[in-house]
Amino acid sequence: MLDTLILSRIQFGANISFHILFPTISIALGWFLFYFKIQHNRTGLDCWKEAYQFWIKIFALTFALGVVSGITMSFQFGTNWPGYMETVGNIAGPLLAYEVLTAFFLEATFLGVMLFGAKRVSQRVHTLATFLVAFGTSLSAFWIIALNSWMQTPQGFTMIDGRAHAVDWLAIVFNPSMPYRLSHMMLASFLTVSFFLAGISAYRYLRNSRSEANLMVMKMALTAAMVLTPIQIVLGDLHGLNTLHHQPAKLAAMEGIWNGGAGVPAVIFGVPNKQTRTNDYEISIPKLASFYLTHSWDGEVKGLNDFGDKIPPVAPVFFAFRVMVGIGVLMLLFSWLGRWQMRQNRPLPKLLAKGLVLMTFSGWVAVLAGWYVTEIGRQPYLVTGVLTTAQAATTLPTGMVFSTLFAYLALYVGLLAAYIWVVFYLARQADDKENPNFQLEKKPETSWSLFRT
Amino acid sequence: MTSIDYTQASVWLPLFFFVAMGFAMLSYVVLDGYDLGIGMLLNRASDHDKDMMIASIGPFWDANETWIVLGVGLLLVAFPLAHGPILTELYLPVAAMLMGLILRGVSFDFRVKVNIEQKPLWNLLFYIGSLIASVSQGIMIGRLIVGFDSGILGWGFSLLVGICLPAGYVLLGSTWLILKTEGQLQQQSFRWAKTSLWLTGFGIALVSAATPYFSSEIMHKWFAWPQILWLSPVPLATVILFLLTNRSIQSLEQGTNKREWLPFACVVAIFWLAFFGIAYSIFPYVIIGKMTLWQAAAATESLWVIFWGAIIVLPTILGYTLFSYRIFKGKASALTYY
Repeated sequence: MLDTLILSRIQFGANISFHILFPTISIALGWFLFYFKIQHNRTGLDCWKEAYQFWIKIFALTFALGVVSGITMSFQFGTNWPGYMETVGNIAGPLLAYEVLTAFFLEATFLGVMLFGAKRVSQRVHTLATFLVAFGTSLSAFWIIALNSWMQTPQGFTMIDGRAHAVDWLAIVFNPSMPYRLSHMMLASFLTVSFFLAGISAYRYLRNSRSEANLMVMKMALTAAMVLTPIQIVLGDLHGLNTLHHQPAKLAAMEGIWNGGAGVPAVIFGVPNKQTRTNDYEISIPKLASFYLTHSWDGEVKGLNDFGDKIPPVAPVFFAFRVMVGIGVLMLLFSWLGRWQMRQNRPLPKLLAKGLVLMTFSGWVAVLAGWYVTEIGRQPYLVTGVLTTAQAATTLPTGMVFSTLFAYLALYVGLLAAYIWVVFYLARQADDKENPNFQLEKKPETSWSLFRT
Repeated sequence: MTSIDYTQASVWLPLFFFVAMGFAMLSYVVLDGYDLGIGMLLNRASDHDKDMMIASIGPFWDANETWIVLGVGLLLVAFPLAHGPILTELYLPVAAMLMGLILRGVSFDFRVKVNIEQKPLWNLLFYIGSLIASVSQGIMIGRLIVGFDSGILGWGFSLLVGICLPAGYVLLGSTWLILKTEGQLQQQSFRWAKTSLWLTGFGIALVSAATPYFSSEIMHKWFAWPQILWLSPVPLATVILFLLTNRSIQSLEQGTNKREWLPFACVVAIFWLAFFGIAYSIFPYVIIGKMTLWQAAAATESLWVIFWGAIIVLPTILGYTLFSYRIFKGKASALTYY
C-alpha cells in the first residue's frame, strides 16, 4: 500500500509543512522589527528598542530554521520529483532562479548586518539592513507564490514534445490566481505573527512582566490583528471565487458538494464518503452555497460528480478548509475582544490573556490547513491539466524513501519541540533578567509547565 | 566536438551557466567549507574558545549556505534534464547532507539561546551536523567523478573522497581561525592547520592519482599531448601553494611574520586549483560519459531570461557580500544582537 509515490508525497508534504512554518513568521516579523526600529529612531523611546532586542532573537532562530529547511526543498525537487523539472523546468526554473538571485542572498547577507552589526555600522545602515531583510523575505514569497500559483492556474506557455515552453512571462508570473494567493499568504503571515506576538506577550504578562515594551507589543499586535482579520476574511472569499472559476473541482471538495446544479446547499458538517460519493451525517442549509458562491440563490455550481475520476481526496480538503475558517473566526473574536479590553490602557483580564497564550501558534495551524486545502485540492495534478503528481514522482526503491522519511520526521518533531520550548524560554528569561526577585521564587521549570503561570 | 559554433546562443548560454554553476559551487565549498571546518573542530576546543569560534562565523554562515542553493538552483534551472538523474543517484548522500546542514544551522542558533545545561548538547549537534554534511558532500563529489559507478571500486573511491574533503574543510576552518582570532585559540589553530594541511595534501594526491584510474576518459584528457604540457602548472602550483602555506603558518607561529591572511588565501587557491581539476575532468559532461551540458540544458529562451538577471544581479551580490565582510573585518568579537 505504501508505494514510492505515496511516500514521496508524505515526505515532500512533511518537508514543506515544516518549512512553511518559519517563513510564515519571518516574513511579517521582519516588517514588525523594521517598524520597531523606525519607531525607535523617530521617538527615541526605550520600549521600541527593547521590543526590537527581544524579538530579534526569535527572528534569528526562526530565520535559521527557515533557511535550513528551505535548502531541503531545493534538493527535493530533484530527488523525489524528477519528472517535475523535466516537464515544466523551462518555466519553474527561471522563477526559482530569480528567487535565489534577487531574494535569498539579499536576506541572508543583510541578516548578518542586522543581527550582529548594530555596533559596527551607523543607525541608518542598520535600519536599512533591517529593511532589506524584511524586503528580501517578502520578495522570496513573491517568487515562490508566483510559481505555486502558476502550477495551480497555468498560462502563458506552450507544450512542445511534452515539455512546457514559456511564451509570455508576464502572463506566467501574473497568472489568474497569483494576486489572490499572494495577498492571502502575506496577510496570513501578518496574522500569524500578530497572534504570535500577542501570545508571547500575554505569556510574559501573566508571569508579571513589568516591561512597558511587552504591553506595547501586545497592544500593537492586537490592533494589527483586529484590522487585518476582517480584511483576510474578505480576501479569502475573493480567493474562493477565483478558485470556483479556475479550479471548480477543488472548490467542490472544499464545500463538500458532490451533486452540482442550481441552488446547491452549504454543507455545515458532514463526512465525505468516497464510496457512495455523498456526505455521511450531512447537516446543510439549502441553496446557501449557491448564494455565497454565485450571489444568486439558484446559481449553477459544479459538484464533484461532474469531474469523474479527476477529483482530489475530498475529506482532507473539506476538513482542512473548516479548520482554517474556524481559526479565522477565533482570530476575529480574540483580537476584537482583546483590543477592546485594552482600550485606554486598561489591564487585560487574566482569562483573556490565557486565551491569547493558547492562540500563540494558531496562525501556524490556519496556514497549514490553508496550504493543505490548496495543495491537496489540486490533486491529482501537480500542474493543473499539464502534469499529474504520479507522472512527476521518482522511481526510487520504496525502502530508500521510507528510511529518509523516518529520519526527516524524527528530526522535524525534535526541532519543532525545541523551537517552541526556546521561544517560551526566551520569554521567561527576558523578564527574569529585569525582575531578579521573581527569579528567586522561580522553581525549576520543564517544558510541561509551558502554559502554567 | 570540432564543429561547435560558440557564437550560437544555444551553445554559449549553457556554457555560461555551466561556468556560473561551477562558480557557485566553488564559492559554496570555500565559504561554507570554512564554517563546516570550524564545526568539525568545535569539540576539540574549550568552552570559551567554542563561543569565539562560532562568533568568527556568526555574521557569515547564512549567506555562505545560500551558495549551495544557487549551485543546485542553477543545476535545476539551467540543466533540468540532468538535475533529476543526478539527484536521484545521489539520493542518500543528499538526504544525509541535508539533515547534517539542518542540524548544524539550527544548533548554531539554539546553542546561544538555551540555558547553560543544554549548551553542550547543541554544541555536540553542531559538530555532528558539520561532520555528516562534510562527509556526504565528499561522497557526492566522488560519485560524480566515477559517473555513479556502483561497483566496489566506485564506492570505495567515493568514500575516499568522503574522508578527504572534511580534512580540506578543517584546513580552511583553521586558517580562517588564524585570521580571525588571537592568543590561545590562534596558537591552537596553528596546530590544527598544520595537521590538516598534511591530511589535505595526502587526500588531494590520492584522489588525483585515483581519478584517472577510474575513468580512462579523464586519463586521456590529462595525459595526452599537448594537454599535459599546459596542464602541468596545475599540480605544480598546488605543490608550491602547499609549501607556502606550511611556511607561512610556521613563520606566524614563530612571530617572524604578520601576514595572518596568507595561509587562508593559499588554501583558497589550493581549493580553486583542485576545483579546476575536477571541472576540467568532467567538462563537457554533466554526467560523465552519459550526458553533456548541452544535452541537459533548458530551452534557450528560458536561459536568456535568467542570463539577464544573472549578469545584473551576480555583481550586486558580490558587492554587498564584500560590504558585509568589510563591516565584520578584523578579529572576531563576542556576538551580541545589539
